[in-house]
Amino acid sequence: MKAKIIITPKKAVLDPQGKAVLNALEHMGYEGVQDVHVGRFLELELDGDRAALEPKIEEACHRLLSNPVIEDYRIEWED
Amino acid sequence: MSTTATDTAPATPAETGQGSKFSFGVLQFPGSNSDQDCVNAIEVLGHEAHYVWHKDDQLGHLDAVLVPGGFSYGDYLRAGAIARFSPVMQSLAEFANNGGWVLGICNGFQILCEAGLLPGALIRNRSLQFRSEFVHLATVNHGTPFTRAIPEGALMRVPVAHGEGCYFADETTLSEMEANGQILWQYATADGKVEDHANPNGSVRHIAGICNANKNVAALMPHPERACQGLIGSDDGQWIFRSLIEHMSAKA
Repeated sequence: MKAKIIITPKKAVLDPQGKAVLNALEHMGYEGVQDVHVGRFLELELDGDRAALEPKIEEACHRLLSNPVIEDYRIEWED
Repeated sequence: MSTTATDTAPATPAETGQGSKFSFGVLQFPGSNSDQDCVNAIEVLGHEAHYVWHKDDQLGHLDAVLVPGGFSYGDYLRAGAIARFSPVMQSLAEFANNGGWVLGICNGFQILCEAGLLPGALIRNRSLQFRSEFVHLATVNHGTPFTRAIPEGALMRVPVAHGEGCYFADETTLSEMEANGQILWQYATADGKVEDHANPNGSVRHIAGICNANKNVAALMPHPERACQGLIGSDDGQWIFRSLIEHMSAKA
């Protein structure tokens, strides 16, 4: 079982990396890209009961894997 | 201050306190690199500094603790994110919550924010560049233990060296901090103007350093400990350490 964790900067937080990538895409002629947000991707390989693991992984996301002051996260579970 | 550069010979405790020697702890994480500069900054002022290893779960008897710059635990995940869970940080949190004096510098600022001992967070510089240069700091609030000895209107010329020093907090938090006098230093031009081009990292409200609501925990991105002797370019950074020593002497 895997927990895929996608961490992105909060909307209100400056994302200079996203802006730099957006500029590069525009320069290269890729049209229609409105904005880019650069974040982090973590894949946790897990063993155990998903129902028991879920709250723990949520807690880990909140305490360590993301910083709630500046980042949002979402978890995608894969069996 | 640059304009009133003092003698660089070590000061005696009598000059910088009231006869008593204070004992400073300097935390050491794997990847700390300003720890020795911090010890030097305290010794130059005639006080004692001791290293405290990140695995130590006891601080011992200390009057104040410095959380130094560097790249603790490689700054993996986020700067300071892993360091905050080290054993020594649990003792530091207890020390701070009991009113102990704590000053974080650069990576130390990032760690204290991650630990929730200071509000906000430090993110990637707006320029995306690592900035290593001298900056000027304007002191916003002279009435704190970390700023009381800094002369009114004086600028401190100190170096920065960071890639993730852009201070961020939401507007509500910033307004509370401002109302409570928690914004201690802002980036300024050489003639004291707080403007965009003096700000090396894009910090909101040009914030270089802050303190907590209780005013016993403070931190800044620039390196005052690397500006404590005229011989190496500036001794302006001494004012921050002198402030704390003066404050502790007054309390002793």
